[in-house]
Amino acid sequence: MSLPNFWGYRRENGRVGVRNHVIILPVDDLSNAASEAVAHNIKGTLALPHPYGRLQFGADLELHFRTLIGTGSNPNVAAVIVIGIEPGWTQRVVDGIAATGKPVQGFSIELNGDINTIAAASRVAKEYLQWASELQRTEHPISELWVSTKCGESDTTSGCGANPTVGNAFDKLYEQGNTLLFGETSEITGAEHLVAQRARTPEIGEAFLKTWNAYNDFILANKTDDLSESQPTKGNIIGGLTTIEEKALGNIQKIGKKCLVDGVLEPAETPTGKGLWFMDSSSAAAEMVTLAAAAGFAVHLFPTGQGNVIGNPILPVIKLTANPRTVRTMGEHIDLDVSGLLQREVNLDQAGDALLDITIRTANGRLTAAEALGHREFVLTKLYRSA
Amino acid sequence: MIHFVVHSPEDSTGVAVVENILAGQVLTGWVMDTDETITITVRDIIPIGHKLALTDIAEGDTVIKYGHDIGRAVAPIKRGEHLHVHNVKTKRW
Repeated sequence: MSLPNFWGYRRENGRVGVRNHVIILPVDDLSNAASEAVAHNIKGTLALPHPYGRLQFGADLELHFRTLIGTGSNPNVAAVIVIGIEPGWTQRVVDGIAATGKPVQGFSIELNGDINTIAAASRVAKEYLQWASELQRTEHPISELWVSTKCGESDTTSGCGANPTVGNAFDKLYEQGNTLLFGETSEITGAEHLVAQRARTPEIGEAFLKTWNAYNDFILANKTDDLSESQPTKGNIIGGLTTIEEKALGNIQKIGKKCLVDGVLEPAETPTGKGLWFMDSSSAAAEMVTLAAAAGFAVHLFPTGQGNVIGNPILPVIKLTANPRTVRTMGEHIDLDVSGLLQREVNLDQAGDALLDITIRTANGRLTAAEALGHREFVLTKLYRSA
Repeated sequence: MIHFVVHSPEDSTGVAVVENILAGQVLTGWVMDTDETITITVRDIIPIGHKLALTDIAEGDTVIKYGHDIGRAVAPIKRGEHLHVHNVKTKRW
């Protein structure tokens, strides 16, 4: 089976993006105000404020840098302005992004103040924006589109309809040689043995189980009850999901029936080749999607049951649901209605094809519901307390 | 009309996929893996997305969905009754 080509932006490092953002990236919480002021000055640029970046250390600090550098390096980003309170960590983020070859420049606030920093950064941001505005989309085979998935506010219709639709699309993309991502470590609990069986090699299966066990041990060490209302969430339970095992078995419908798991990634780590990758990640929607964007993914498939409204500043999030009530009450958030699956009006193969169609249209430039509604949740994963 | 769906023929529970299911109604269910339909008289109101028991389940029994273990019954559940957090719990956490 052959799938249509898509139109995207070929970046300096060879990757293909589907959006053309010029972002203003703060290194730390203190630099949010200046970053937002630059984005206010230069219309069409996008600030990515966040609450962290001070006094972090060890693995948590490494994840912070990996996430910021990965976000700037994402092929949906044309150019980057980095603003930090001091020059050292600012330069570290600039250098990381510069490895892609894309335009990037850093500004630090100490010894300059916000106003001079904003003025200097705005001048460069304007140059970047006008340069990026002349870049043209070119045609590429579907295999060059990196596609991630994570579901949210799931209910039982997710496992019956929306998640298997993603699985059907993933099976078809896997056959084309796409690079694909899933994660949500805690939400595999109850189906971990089934994911391990899908690993391409015994070593990959062991690496997956090691990652899952570490996360499960963390939950067992910190839990104060059976996590009912946290995992599954209160919304999941209202939607009819009863236990984590039931939620997990529904969750893994997203990896289809044919895909094998080709590797295991740290949070925000970029895959080194094609195939289906598992990323150790939170099951909270905005955290996981932010990590997927930082790993370099260009389009995200997001099945929902009760109606999670998440978006991301740089990664288009395509929402689908099989719940007819969610379509009726929250239709403005839904890019694809697959509720017909549960009445046997369409089959899974047709639903998967419909999802691929809207994925390619989104890659070509169609704005998602989340983009149109201004959802730009940029949520960094923090591993532990700062120093 | 399909009122509820069942993933696998060995499942002890199915999922309501339409709104306004009332106690006493005769429901049509679709078993997706085998593409068969079944009927059952429901004993409770089942909100969309919620589950009904397809068999009598004793306290302590494992509940099966997708052909796999999704937890244990913490109260007896009769065929056609609402099956959820009030009578089923995780075995994991």
